[in-house]
Amino acid sequence: MGNEAIALGAIAAGVGVVTGYPGTPSSEILLTVSKRNPGGIHVEWSVNEKVALEVAAGASYAGARTMVTMKQVGLNVAADPLLSLAYIGVKGGMVIVVADDPGPISSQTEQDTRTFALFAKLPVFDPASPEEAYAMMADAFDLSERYGTPVIFRPTTRVCHGNAPVAISETLRPRAPASFVKDPKWVIFPRLSYENHIRIEQQLPVIGEEFSSYPRNSLSGEGTLAIATHGISSAYIAEALAALGDAVPAHKLLRVATPHPFPKRLAREFLEGVERVLVVEELDPVIERELQRLAGEQHLPVDVLGKGSGHIQVAGENTVDSVTRALAGFFGLPVAPAAHCAAAPEGAAEPPVRPPVLCAGCPHRASFLAVKRAMRKRKSVFCGDIGCYTLGNAKPLDMVDTCLCMGAGITVAQGLQVVEPDAVHFAFIGDSTFFHTGIPGVINAVYNQTNIVVVVLDNSTTAMTGCQPHPGTGDTMMGEIADKIDIATVLQAVGVKHVETCDPLQLEAAQAAVLRAADAAADGVAALIFKAPCIHVAPPGVTYTVDAEKCKCKICFNQLGCPAIMSVDGKASIDPALCYGCDICLQMCPFDAISTVTAETTGEVQP
Amino acid sequence: MSLKRNIMIAGVGGQGTVLASKLVARAAMDAGLAVRTSETIGMAQRGGSVVSHVRVSDSAIASPVLTPGSADTLIGFEPGEAVRCLRYLRPGGCIVSNAQTVAPASAALTRTEYSGEAMLGRLRDCGARLVVVDGDALCAEIGSLKALNVVLLGAAAAAGALDFTLEQLEAAIRATVRPKFVDLNIRALHAGARA
Repeated sequence: MGNEAIALGAIAAGVGVVTGYPGTPSSEILLTVSKRNPGGIHVEWSVNEKVALEVAAGASYAGARTMVTMKQVGLNVAADPLLSLAYIGVKGGMVIVVADDPGPISSQTEQDTRTFALFAKLPVFDPASPEEAYAMMADAFDLSERYGTPVIFRPTTRVCHGNAPVAISETLRPRAPASFVKDPKWVIFPRLSYENHIRIEQQLPVIGEEFSSYPRNSLSGEGTLAIATHGISSAYIAEALAALGDAVPAHKLLRVATPHPFPKRLAREFLEGVERVLVVEELDPVIERELQRLAGEQHLPVDVLGKGSGHIQVAGENTVDSVTRALAGFFGLPVAPAAHCAAAPEGAAEPPVRPPVLCAGCPHRASFLAVKRAMRKRKSVFCGDIGCYTLGNAKPLDMVDTCLCMGAGITVAQGLQVVEPDAVHFAFIGDSTFFHTGIPGVINAVYNQTNIVVVVLDNSTTAMTGCQPHPGTGDTMMGEIADKIDIATVLQAVGVKHVETCDPLQLEAAQAAVLRAADAAADGVAALIFKAPCIHVAPPGVTYTVDAEKCKCKICFNQLGCPAIMSVDGKASIDPALCYGCDICLQMCPFDAISTVTAETTGEVQP
Repeated sequence: MSLKRNIMIAGVGGQGTVLASKLVARAAMDAGLAVRTSETIGMAQRGGSVVSHVRVSDSAIASPVLTPGSADTLIGFEPGEAVRCLRYLRPGGCIVSNAQTVAPASAALTRTEYSGEAMLGRLRDCGARLVVVDGDALCAEIGSLKALNVVLLGAAAAAGALDFTLEQLEAAIRATVRPKFVDLNIRALHAGARA
């Protein structure tokens, strides 16, 4: 996997400290460093990306090589230290791996980290494959150390989650022991910032010049037509050119592996004698703008086409198909749609829509149901957050009215409450998200006396990204046991008067707890912690079955949205392969139609 | 003779498509072939549609992702998911599909009946070769509901839709799966191949 290649590349380059916060598609990088730790690498899931970057900054000040991993929206959280650190610089090489997600496949935004790098004035490496990602890590660390600057490394989902055989070097780069040397250069002050700003602006063109000779920025071919590209799109272009075949006219091809600072000398050579260039990019038109600027500076008579001209889609990920069509259009070639097997007679049955849902047995379903049932007759608004529980928005639960970004449920609820004080405002937040950016929001609500109900969905893991540990789980990525940080104690400590913990899988008791919290929120912030482990970290219980004779109402089917419960011949039916034994359906059933089944009837279940 | 095979593995999150693609990739690497795969990970895992792209070749491969009409083999862990991926299958390709459906959680919302038979009918009439595997029966036979992925790989290998022998896939299982599950998976492979 590309993410494993990045991790192994960092290990081979002698990384000493690795920090990060999980986020698709970046999560497996840090996990791999932890699994393959040759000994001596400090690996941690930090509470959020800002913290991760700052911990790594300290280690880099002392001379260690460091890597920070996150997804693209995580960089927004880390923006504050990032922009300042660009001015201060580092001693030990620092590579910040930020995974972008064109599509987006698993993210809130289609932001482009190359643009962020431009803004932060940092060099950026943009690998096109797992093999290249592995090899580039060493280059990124070397560059970072030579210029004393953090470096951004930005793979995209198809590189992160693409797999290919990668030859791994067995020799690790030895690193001298690190120690911090006191120096005024580590203390940011306006005067120093002014001086460093000048240094950065002088240094960037020097790095850009070095990038013009960097072998992974490649220029090939001849002709008056040209293509420029980057990352995974270069693989799509190779496929598209092969598909279009011999009819493709002579052309130049530029692949940019380091988009910032832009390799201007190489790009100038590329544009020489070219009349039209098509820039094939995902996310922002970074290369397109650089080439347009260069053409302007050099007064070159060249049309730079791409996203701005409508030749390349402005949103979503590129595919071999979309790139083939774009190239065919650019070269004036016909393109026949590929023959396939999807043709069907009119009126043929289509496969069902299958949106992602909360797992069977997921305690979040029970939590949402308890709040929904308890608040049936009261005006309420339900603010969601980022995690598996965002899926609580799906019908029939329909319990997520807002979702913005990490930690924003608690704060958005406050804004809504200020405007509409007669409604009860609930903010749902997961345990990992609570530690990430939830706590300041709670403090804000207590301080400003904005009375909301904070519902912490504590499933003892970071489930959505693959069950990473966090401060509440008591284990670390170094394989050590840490004291668990108790969420109830944290809430009490910041002044929340009403804090109650309960098991959401006890439906009636949970509903009563919701009502108590809603009442308490008339006079102060109230918090309810629904504590029950994720099914991925807890063993399954017994499974349940429906007695079709007794089944009359199907409220389990109609209200729960549990993937294990189906409707068969007008009756509810439980799939034994999916049932995890949460027994919420049994608790809801007014006709006692649901009961346990013995293990023999379900067959042996193994992970 | 050159070897190029594009395989698409379609299923529902949790059915184990990732392991199936890993096993094929392992077998390809052991045979000295080039291989690239691409997976769905993240949001879509939770009971949503998942697809693994696997490309095997005796020459270099650029893209890890299949294009429409380029798959030689489509392995459906669920017949509806196989239908969803038919536009990736080339005419005359091979489909190996599980017979049993996974009802979508959205059925509670849309109240539409979902017929596996209609899906299998579409697979039968799409212009490809179809092998239907009774996944439930075979999984019951080997005693694990979770072995469907390897059962289907066995069936695909037996149908000549993978270019690897059962021995090569056995070796891939030994190299990939945790020791305590090796025997189970090898039994699943052979059960699928016999079907």
